[in-house]
Amino acid sequence: ILEEKALNEKIPFLGICLGMQLLSRGSEEGKCDGLGWIDAFTYKFSFNDQKLKVPHMNWNEIRSVRTSPLLNGLEEEAFFYFSHSYFVQARQEEVLSITHYGVPFASAVCRENLYGVQFHPEKSHKYGMQLLKNFATL
Amino acid sequence: MRIRIIPCLQLAGSRLVKTRQFKIHQYIGDPVNTVKIFNELEADELCFLDITATTEKRTPELKLLRQIADECFMPLSYGGGISDFETARKLFSIGFEKIVINTAAIKNPGLIRKLAEHYGSQAVVVSIDIKKNLLGRYEVRTENGREKVNQQPVAWAQKAEQLGAGEILLTSIDKEGTWSGYDITLTKKIAESVGIPVIANGGAGSVQDIIEVIQKGSASAVALSSMLLFQKKGMGVLINYPLAVIRKALTEMCQQ
Repeated sequence: ILEEKALNEKIPFLGICLGMQLLSRGSEEGKCDGLGWIDAFTYKFSFNDQKLKVPHMNWNEIRSVRTSPLLNGLEEEAFFYFSHSYFVQARQEEVLSITHYGVPFASAVCRENLYGVQFHPEKSHKYGMQLLKNFATL
Repeated sequence: MRIRIIPCLQLAGSRLVKTRQFKIHQYIGDPVNTVKIFNELEADELCFLDITATTEKRTPELKLLRQIADECFMPLSYGGGISDFETARKLFSIGFEKIVINTAAIKNPGLIRKLAEHYGSQAVVVSIDIKKNLLGRYEVRTENGREKVNQQPVAWAQKAEQLGAGEILLTSIDKEGTWSGYDITLTKKIAESVGIPVIANGGAGSVQDIIEVIQKGSASAVALSSMLLFQKKGMGVLINYPLAVIRKALTEMCQQ
């Protein structure tokens, strides 16, 4: 049903946190494949620097790399709450925004009607509300 | 990198209270109203600890917690009386991001692993309460500080990490509610022994205390209680969240 609605009928689709990671081809977590709807892969954060703690639990900035209705009104400054041990790297054309935590990673991805965000808009105060409003009006 | 400033609110059942060295000191007010204020002040996160649940052998007050979750647009964590998977499951389903376990984690370490495997490490916070004994040594305590357990603080923090905890909430029982600053030595010891974030808790009395525990204590985040609930030490209740002041001081610290 999911594939029918998202891929064929092309209704707007938003994957949040693990939901975004599931859109990728696969992950270093677990054994199953991802949906493969976005050309991306999910990796585990692993740092030698003792100061970079894992999971990445913090408010962090997103830097949009292209315009998108999802990020309307969030171009200047946007902080969202991140809470994850795994991150996504995607094909450049499908990356919407980049965030930096030890490494640069995709904080938002998009292919046509399919969106994914690594952060939690529902827990990100006014920035999150703006994003969810944008999504609801797609 | 931003440092999270987390109001840590203590519940005795459905009442918001403030403790001093783990003894109930004062009644603060209605939790839901307090939450509304912190939401408006755009607090980074909120942490609720029901400090009487375990000792009174109660489970979390889910009805109240659901009301609280409905008011917030930032991450919420809850601890107090969580002793099994099912209780945690209910808390996640009403909208809490993270659960905090203390006594149950020591008595049943397998619970940490089970929760982390099911919900992810980022959802599991292990709370460690520490008190200095007569010889000045740090001791791990459970049951809201009443019981001594046979665990070394560093070893227990490392074990919790191995089992899958995503964060440690580290509380100094001696410093808590005293406005005299965090226990820097303790925080540094634990923070430098694990790869997961450590939230310093207990004792903050000024912005300087916050800077100190981050710079010298290697804390990834700070929990505050007295400072955010009262006008000043010894004065009346005033819910506040001086984000601008703290952020400015942190920026200046980074620039030095």
